[in-house]
Amino acid sequence: MSQVPMVRRRFVAAGAAALLAAGPGLTSPARVQGLAPTKSMRGGANNYLPGAPVVDRIGGGGFTMSGTVRRAGDGTPLKGIRIQIWAHTVEGRESEVRSHGATLTNADGIFQLDMPQIVPIFGQPHGHLAYDSGGFRTVFLRPVMASARDTSLSAHFVLEPA
Amino acid sequence: MTLAVVCRAILGWAAIIAVIATALFVAAGSSYLQYRTPVYVAAGFAGVVALCLLLVQPLLATGMLPGLPLRAGRRVHRWTGVALVLAVAMHVAGLGIASPPDMLDALTFTAPTLFSVFGVVAMWALVAAALLAGVRKRRSLRPQAWRLAHCTAAAVVVVGSVAHAMLIEGTMGSVSKTLLCALVIGSSALTAARLRPWAGAWRAWPGQARK
Repeated sequence: MSQVPMVRRRFVAAGAAALLAAGPGLTSPARVQGLAPTKSMRGGANNYLPGAPVVDRIGGGGFTMSGTVRRAGDGTPLKGIRIQIWAHTVEGRESEVRSHGATLTNADGIFQLDMPQIVPIFGQPHGHLAYDSGGFRTVFLRPVMASARDTSLSAHFVLEPA
Repeated sequence: MTLAVVCRAILGWAAIIAVIATALFVAAGSSYLQYRTPVYVAAGFAGVVALCLLLVQPLLATGMLPGLPLRAGRRVHRWTGVALVLAVAMHVAGLGIASPPDMLDALTFTAPTLFSVFGVVAMWALVAAALLAGVRKRRSLRPQAWRLAHCTAAAVVVVGSVAHAMLIEGTMGSVSKTLLCALVIGSSALTAARLRPWAGAWRAWPGQARK
């Protein structure tokens, strides 16, 4: 008669115990190393015009671009950070000055800017956001809308000192 | 010519014209067009036209289009090939004028969009197929090897273009685009089955012939 080297029940129990012991370490390395900085996305800087003014809203509005800005490492929300936003919208193309605007984050590190409806261009409905003010390392984002009919889009920044 | 043959010819052409006309008509009615510059609109349509040409191009090469037997079909095939190259050139140049950084990213394979990769690969395969067509009469390649090379390049053009078109959110309607793409794949597969470009390409290889 052959002997089973390990009973199945004990094998499952041992596996579960090992997962429980190692689990938190496997799933949240960020807690150990700190919040990683956001990397620029491919094509994020396309049609960027530096120095867009802070505005209440781009054009006539109707579409909401929002997001958060935090500091790398401890994740502290950053206040008063200038985020530049541009996109191909119903009112203008990406390369046009009137399609560009900037806004500042509030005390909770949240920014929100009203802008014209984004329409697909170059095969995807997408927006562009930039942090390019000097204090932290420059980041360009290019979020894509899940649907061209969406009326909002968000993008989040984790910045590291320059 | 029997009545059945005439009816089949009329039905065949009607089907092809209907599919192409629908694709163009739906794209022309897209709401996105009003937000684009004329150059961008023209570049987009050049892409749609190129996809439409890909439907008839393989059928012309095999004489499978009604009323265009092999010899006549091949003659037209050369001209539609030239038209295809011009359409793709217009597509790339027009989009490059509309948004230079996006086109530069695509051509250097650094774009964030997967469809750019498919499009650029298909473009270079089209250039290869066209160059092969240009040197065909020089007989620098044996006919079987030439056919395999040209058909392989054409297959990359077809697969790349269909993937490129399907992944794009543009002016084409999703139903008419999917139908056109399916038929492009179908006509190419039918052509490959008819021509069997792999047959004889290796058999007559100089090294193999000695055996």
